[in-house]
Amino acid sequence: MIAYVLRRLIQSMLVMLTVAFVAFSLFSFVGDPVANMAGEDASQRDRDQLRRDLGLADPFPLRFVRFVGGVLQGEFGFSYRNLQPVARLIVDRLPATVELAVSATALALLVGVPMGVYCGLNRSSALAQAIQAVSLVGISLPTFVTGILLILTFSVGLGWLPPFGRGDTVRIGWWQTGLLSVSGIKSLLLPSVTLAMFQMALVMRLVRSEMMEVLRKDFIKFARARGLTSRAVNFGHALRNTLVPVITITGLQFGSAVAFAIVTETVFQWPGLGLLFVQAVAYVDIPVMATYLVLISFFFVVINLVVDLLYYAIDPRLRDGGPGGTGKGR
Amino acid sequence: MASETRDAVPGHFARAQDALSRFWDSDVMHSFKRSPIVIIAFVVTMIFFIAAFFASFIAPHNTFDVATLDLSNASLPPAWSEGGSRNFVFGTDDQGRDVLSSIMFGMRVSLTVGFASVAFAVTVGVMLGLVAGYVGGAVDSIIMRVADVQLSFPPILIALLIDGLTRSLLPRGVHDELALVVLVIAIGLANWVQFARTVRGQVMVEKNKEYVQAARVIGLPAPLIAIRHVLPNVLGPVLVIATINLALAIITEATLSFLGVGLPPTEPSLGTLIRIGNNFLFSGEWWMTIFPGVALVLLVLSVNLLGDWLRDALNPKLR
Repeated sequence: MIAYVLRRLIQSMLVMLTVAFVAFSLFSFVGDPVANMAGEDASQRDRDQLRRDLGLADPFPLRFVRFVGGVLQGEFGFSYRNLQPVARLIVDRLPATVELAVSATALALLVGVPMGVYCGLNRSSALAQAIQAVSLVGISLPTFVTGILLILTFSVGLGWLPPFGRGDTVRIGWWQTGLLSVSGIKSLLLPSVTLAMFQMALVMRLVRSEMMEVLRKDFIKFARARGLTSRAVNFGHALRNTLVPVITITGLQFGSAVAFAIVTETVFQWPGLGLLFVQAVAYVDIPVMATYLVLISFFFVVINLVVDLLYYAIDPRLRDGGPGGTGKGR
Repeated sequence: MASETRDAVPGHFARAQDALSRFWDSDVMHSFKRSPIVIIAFVVTMIFFIAAFFASFIAPHNTFDVATLDLSNASLPPAWSEGGSRNFVFGTDDQGRDVLSSIMFGMRVSLTVGFASVAFAVTVGVMLGLVAGYVGGAVDSIIMRVADVQLSFPPILIALLIDGLTRSLLPRGVHDELALVVLVIAIGLANWVQFARTVRGQVMVEKNKEYVQAARVIGLPAPLIAIRHVLPNVLGPVLVIATINLALAIITEATLSFLGVGLPPTEPSLGTLIRIGNNFLFSGEWWMTIFPGVALVLLVLSVNLLGDWLRDALNPKLR
C-alpha cells in the first residue's frame, strides 16, 4: 500500500514538473512582456532596464529554476495586464470559483444520483423515460446557452434573480464568501444551476447504466434468491457496486466543473479564476495563463491521486493483484 | 459470401443496387426504421447540413455583403411579433443583418470546424492507437501515458490553452486569419485520446488473429499489415465515437467562440453570433442570441441522438 502511494506520488510530481516546464518554456519563448509593459514611446535603454529588472536577461535554466522556486513559495510574477502580483489576483478570485464549483457539484450529485437510481430500477416507466430524454437535452445544451436561457427567464423576464456578479460578500480571514448574505445566495443560484446542468445529466446517465449493468449480475440474482428485501438488494448490493465509477466520475466532474466554470463565469460575469483566465487568454497575459495552467494541473493531479487512492480503499480486488496491477490495467 | 453474390449479378449498376438493398434490409437499417425519434433527428440533421452547405444559394440575404445592409432595418424583431418585417423572419441584428441568414452562414462555419476537427482527431488518434497497439512495448507505454495524462484534463481546457498559446505565438492579424485552422487543430488535439484508446484495444485483439499471422508468415512488412489488414477491422467503433465527438466538437467550438477566443466576428460561427447577441439581451433584443442558440442546441441534440442510436445499433450486446 505504502509503495503504491509513493509510486503514485512520484508519478504525480513528475507530471507537475512536466507541466511547469511546458508552461514556463512555451510562455517564455512567446510574446515579449517588455513590449507589453513599457508602452509605445519607451526608449531602448528603458526597455533594457525593465528587462533586467524583470530578470528576463538571465539564461533559460536559471529562469526555470527561479520560476519553480517561486511557484513553490507562491510567487507567480506580475500580471502584464493589471500590473498586480498574480498570487494576489488568484487569492482574490479563488473563493468565488471554489464556492461555485462545490455548490454545482453538490447539486449535480444530490439530484443526479437519485434520478439515476430511479431510472435504473424502473427503466420502462414513463417517468424514467422522460428523465432519460431530458438528460439528453441536458447533455446537448452548451453551458453558455443554459446560462443565457436562465438569465432571460429569471432575470430579464421575471426579475427574480440577479443576472451577474456575486452580490454582497463577507470577508472571513482572506476568504471572501458570498454564502452569508441573501444577495450572495441569490446570485449563486443561477450560475450553480447552469454549471450543474451538464454534470447532473452525466451523473444520472452513468448511475442508470451502471445500475442496469449490476442488476443483471449473478450475485444480485443470488441475493434475491436468498429472500432479501428488494430495498436491501437495490441499495445494499447494487448501488454499492456502482460506486467505483461514480466516484471516479465525481472526482473528474469536480475537475471539469472548475474548467467549465470558465464558461459559466463569463456568462454571469462571476469574479472567479475562470473569468481571470479568459481575460488573460484574450489579452495574452502570459504570467496569469502560466499560473492558471500550473494551478489547474496541480488541482487535477491531486484529484486523480485522490480518486486512485479511493479506488484502492473501495475495491478489494485491486489489492489482491498487488500494487503492480493497478497502474496500467485501467 | 460477398464474392458469390457478385458473381451471380454482374454489372456495376446491379451490384450497387444489390448492395443498397442489402443495406436497406440490414439490422442497422431495421432499428433505424423502427424508431421515429431517430428518423426525426436524421431529418433535422440533414436540413441543417443542407441549409449550412448551400447557405450562399438559399440564404435570403447575404450577410457578408455590406452594400445590402440598411441601418433602418437594424434590430427588427422576428416577423410574427409587432414591428417585425416579413423580409426578416427571425429579425435582424444591430447592423441590420438578417438573423436567419446569419444562422445559416454561422452553421456552415460551425459544421466545418466540427467535421474538420473530428477528422483531425480521428487521424491522429487512429494512427497513434494503431502504432501503440501493433508495436507495443515502450512505444505503447509512452503514447498511452501521454493519453492518460491528457485524459485527466477536460478537452475544453486543452483547446483553450492551445488557442491561447497560438494567440501569443502569432501576431494579432495573422491569428484572426488563421483562427479557423487554429481552432480545428486545438479541438482535434483535445479529443484524439478516445480514438487512440479504442483503436489500441481493438488492435491488440486483432493482431493475434489468424489472418494477421498468415500475413506475417507470407512476409508482408509490418506497416502494410497494420494499415491494410488490421486497420479496416478496427474502424467500426471509431465511427460511433466520431459521431458523438462531432457533437462535442461543435459545442467546444461554440464555447470557445462564445468566450471570445474562437472565431472573430468577421467569420462568425454560431458561438460568435450568440456572444454578439448576448450583448443585447438586457435591452430586450432576445432574438439575436436565442435563435442561434436554439439552432445550436437542435443541431447538437440531433447529432447526439444519431450517435446514441448508432452506438446501440452497432453493439450486438444490447440487442
